[in-house]
Amino acid sequence: MLKRLLLATALLFAALQPALAVDPAEVLDDPALEARARDISKGLRCVVCQNQSIDDSDATLARDLRLLVRERLTAGDSNKQVVDYVVSRYGDFVLLKPPFKFATLALWLGPLLFVALALIAAFAFFRRQRAARAETVAAPALSDEQKKRLDDLLKGDGS
Amino acid sequence: MNNRWLYSIPLAIFCVLGIYLGIGLTLDPKQLPNMLDGQPVPAFDLPPIKDRGAKGFASTDLEGDVTLVNIFGSWCVACRTEHPYLMKLKEQGAVPIHGIDWREEDPDAGPRWLKRFGDPYTLVGDDPRSKAAIAFGVTGAPETFLVDQKGVIRYKHIGPVNDEVWKEVLQPLIQQLRRNGSQTGGQKGGS
Repeated sequence: MLKRLLLATALLFAALQPALAVDPAEVLDDPALEARARDISKGLRCVVCQNQSIDDSDATLARDLRLLVRERLTAGDSNKQVVDYVVSRYGDFVLLKPPFKFATLALWLGPLLFVALALIAAFAFFRRQRAARAETVAAPALSDEQKKRLDDLLKGDGS
Repeated sequence: MNNRWLYSIPLAIFCVLGIYLGIGLTLDPKQLPNMLDGQPVPAFDLPPIKDRGAKGFASTDLEGDVTLVNIFGSWCVACRTEHPYLMKLKEQGAVPIHGIDWREEDPDAGPRWLKRFGDPYTLVGDDPRSKAAIAFGVTGAPETFLVDQKGVIRYKHIGPVNDEVWKEVLQPLIQQLRRNGSQTGGQKGGS
């Protein structure tokens, strides 16, 4: 029983491995070129199923794009040339990591801006609190008469 | 306290963000920008599909007249919806329509489809490996490109062409391009 359970669990995890979309027939003979192709493919968005890279996607268009990447690499293109070609057809949207440029400034700097705002707000808040505390400490001193009365109250038992 | 208005800043930021994100919700992520707008058609030279003679479809065929380039496939359901309208445009002689038969696994499927539903195309090229489709930046079928007399892409329509798209977008653009073309004969005109 336990053995079976273990086996079932093992099989379950085996099935959880990411399915490789790259068909063995697509793989290039040159391992260095193939590695570059995989690298490029991982950064390119599949335009059909938009949250997958073409390396992960089983869509036909993704396959055709993978083949195109490999074809261009074999023809001697640099990685940048290949990516630039695809971007020239589909726009920056195909890049899973958006480039840093004017149109994407808000995207890249937005989070930093919000963290900065939060820090400024927190700083202002704590400074004000400290100032408020300082104010309470610096409450007007008691006059001699008041001091005496206070002493009496503390010493005496309500007399 | 005199800087009470400071408290409204987060609210203002929230509202601005909300408006932007709200606009974002109305956009369709499937509608990719036309990267080729105003650019010459990419170079391609596709072989013919079966039963359509020896002439395929190449980028050089696109000079001379305003044309539509329609990416279709026999597997594509929306193309089937679009097809009668393309037939109608052909009957009216509105504009030459060229076809790119995209991603047919069976080379007979495209010709069979055209035989069954009618053939609205002047030229048809076979693109089983998405060569031309990727060059055009196609993400799905059908897509239709409006190409001017000099072979420059002027408009891309994603999805089926129908009466609304034709009357409101394509026809006015075509008329305008034809007017400009005949008026200036290739020079820049200021009409």
